[in-house]
Order: sequence, then C-alpha cells, then structure tokens
Amino acid sequence: MILRVKDVSVARGGVAVLEGLSFEINPGQALIVKGPNGVGKTTLLRTVAGLQPPFKGAVEAPEEAVAYAAHSDGLKTMLSVEENLRFWADVFGQSDIEEAIQAFDLFDLRNRLAGSLSAGQKRRLGLARLLVTGRPIWVLDEPTVSLDVASVALFADAVRAHLADGGSALLATHIDLGLDVTVLDVGPFRAKQGAAPISGYDEAFL
Amino acid sequence: MKALLFRDLKLAFRAGGGFGLGIAFFLIVVILVPFSVGPESGLLTKIAPGVLWLGALLACLLSLDRILALDWEDGTLDLVATSPLPLEGVVSVKALAHWLTTGVPLVVAAPVFGVLLNLPPQGFVWLVTSLALGTPALSVIGTFGAALTVGIKRGGLLLSLLILPLYVPTLIFGAELARRGAEGQDVATPLLMLAGITFGVIALLPFASALVLRMNLR
Repeated sequence: MILRVKDVSVARGGVAVLEGLSFEINPGQALIVKGPNGVGKTTLLRTVAGLQPPFKGAVEAPEEAVAYAAHSDGLKTMLSVEENLRFWADVFGQSDIEEAIQAFDLFDLRNRLAGSLSAGQKRRLGLARLLVTGRPIWVLDEPTVSLDVASVALFADAVRAHLADGGSALLATHIDLGLDVTVLDVGPFRAKQGAAPISGYDEAFL
Repeated sequence: MKALLFRDLKLAFRAGGGFGLGIAFFLIVVILVPFSVGPESGLLTKIAPGVLWLGALLACLLSLDRILALDWEDGTLDLVATSPLPLEGVVSVKALAHWLTTGVPLVVAAPVFGVLLNLPPQGFVWLVTSLALGTPALSVIGTFGAALTVGIKRGGLLLSLLILPLYVPTLIFGAELARRGAEGQDVATPLLMLAGITFGVIALLPFASALVLRMNLR
C-alpha cells in the first residue's frame, strides 16, 4: 500500500498550479503538505484521491485504497450522527461504527440530527467517517478546521493509531499536530507565474 | 448501493425532503385546467390524457434539480466518487430513488386525477400503464440533466431547458398511448415505442450521466 507521486503537475481551471512534485508515502508514514493559500494543495489532494487526473506525471496508488476527506464533510443534515456513519460504513462495506464513535467522542451525540450539530461537532463526525471506510491511505484536506484543542488531540490520536496500524496519511494542514512526520512545503513547486493557460486545454472534453 | 437507495428514500420522507411536492403540484395543475378551458365535460374528456401526461411531466421536472445538487453541495458526491461504488451505479440508484418518490406516487394518483378531468372509464387502465411505463424514462433522463448541471449555481432553470426537449419522445408516445386507450383504439404501436424508449434510456443513459458527472467533479 505505497502511495507514489511521480513528477506530477496539477492544473486548476486550465492553469497549472504545481509542477514537478514527487514523493512517496510508505505504510506507517504520514506526509504533511504546507504552502500558502491558493498554491494548489487542494488540487494536489483531489488529484491524489483520483477525483481529477494529473496534468503531467503519474499518481500510483493501489486500487480502492484512498479515503478522501474534503472541506465539506458529506453529512446529511436530516440524518442522525449514527445514520450518517452507518451509511458510509455500508458504502465501504464495513459494519463496525462503534470504534469511530468512540474515537471521536460522539457517543452522546449519536442520536442527534447532524444538522443540529455545531461546526466542530460536524467536523468530528466527518473525520469519524474516515475510520468506517477501513481504507489504508487517508488523504485529508484541512482536517482540523473548526476543531477545538481537545478535538485536535482526538484527531491526532486517531492518525497516530492509523499509522501504527500500518496505514498512511497525506494531510494538508497548518496546525502542528504533534506528529512525528515529514513536512513538504509545496511553495517551491509553484508553477511559473504568468504562464499562459495551457493551450489546447480540453480536459473537460476528455 | 442498497445503502444509497435507502438513504435517499429516507431523506425524501424527512422534513425538507420534498416527497409529496410533485404530487401536490400535479393535483393543482389538473384542478386548474377546467378553470382555464371551461367545465365542458366533452372537451375535458378529449384533452384529459394529454393534460394528465403534461402535468405528470412537469411535476417530475420540479424535483429533478434535487437529485444530485444536494449531494454536490454538502460534499457527498466527491466522497461517493472516491468510494467503491461505481458512478454508473450511483446515478442509476439516484434515478431509481427519484422514480420511487416522484414517479410511483404520480402513477398511483393518476386515476383519481383522471376523474377530475372526466376521463372515460376505459381510459384508466391505459393512463396508468402509460405513466408506469413512461415515468422511469423521465427520471433517468432527468438524472442525466442533473449530472450535466451539477455544480452550476441556479442550475435548476438550465436543467429544465436542457431536459424538456429530451422529454418530447416520451411525452408523444405516452400521451398517445393514453389517448388511444381512452378512445378505445389499438394501442400496440405507442405501447411498444414507449417501452422501447424507456428500456433504451435505462440501459444507455447511466453511462452518459456517470461520464458527465466525472467531468463535473474535476
């Protein structure tokens, strides 16, 4: 379950944002991606998750190994915490949601509608979803947004347990999680500014 | 897949899910017709199959933009696209859920609304048959339109413009089947055409829907 990114360039809206990125994440390892706003962290993560093809280069990940978590948590406001988790567990063919509820301290909230949760509680539920996917490679975009200190610690524990279990993670975050991991600053890989939009760019039609 | 279907059905029945919206709209359209064309029973009998079909079609259109837009807004679509579910299956299940919550109630309620428009007795069976056979096509074509317009702000109107022309064949043969049934004529040709259209779109369109959805998610 090695995730390999080889000389990848990613494009957003027809304009290359990052060029020549290469890294490798082995089981038990995590990589934190840092860089200023708009540099292309989200685009890179979406590319790694397989939502869009890399503009150049290749992303090598085992089939169906990546669990992606974005800015929005994919929660249904009219379903309860438990129903939301149960749904994602069913989608990923898992049955146990108790571990996820424990890990993110959602026990008291399990019968509340997701729509009635606070932003931080929603985020915790969104992160708990990662545990019910049962997938080894986590690709997380700003996972700690709107979390308080205690919840960040819960999240760091969850990542640590995941890594100890042989999983791996790719995170875009500005917060120090207290994890012993490699940090990659993508700033230097920024595509040449002022470059014209890629000519003949017809991604939308391919 | 089953989880997705049950979740969609559950959401439709919860507050804000929009279940019953289509059928209420259908009822109002059907009630408005005698007001606009006059209460002459002969005329109503004549136009009943066409009006009922048009009403059902518009009622179906009303809920189309909810099929994928809600899942796109809250990020579910991105997450589903990275899950083990194939997108072709996802759009098929979405269309099925839409049909079960919109199409089936229309089919069930149509005979009652037929009474309001003085539909002749022999026409009821064929009205229900035509709607039962035609509404799945409306849902599947509608899901294709929803996939095309996902991510576009205020995409609902654009969706209607794109989809209504695609509904024309279904409407022609569906209304024709209901009309011939009501007048006691031979129904074989429109019946076969309508069935052909429905099974054709069910077999082919999910692939197109999944393809455009994949592009829209980039």
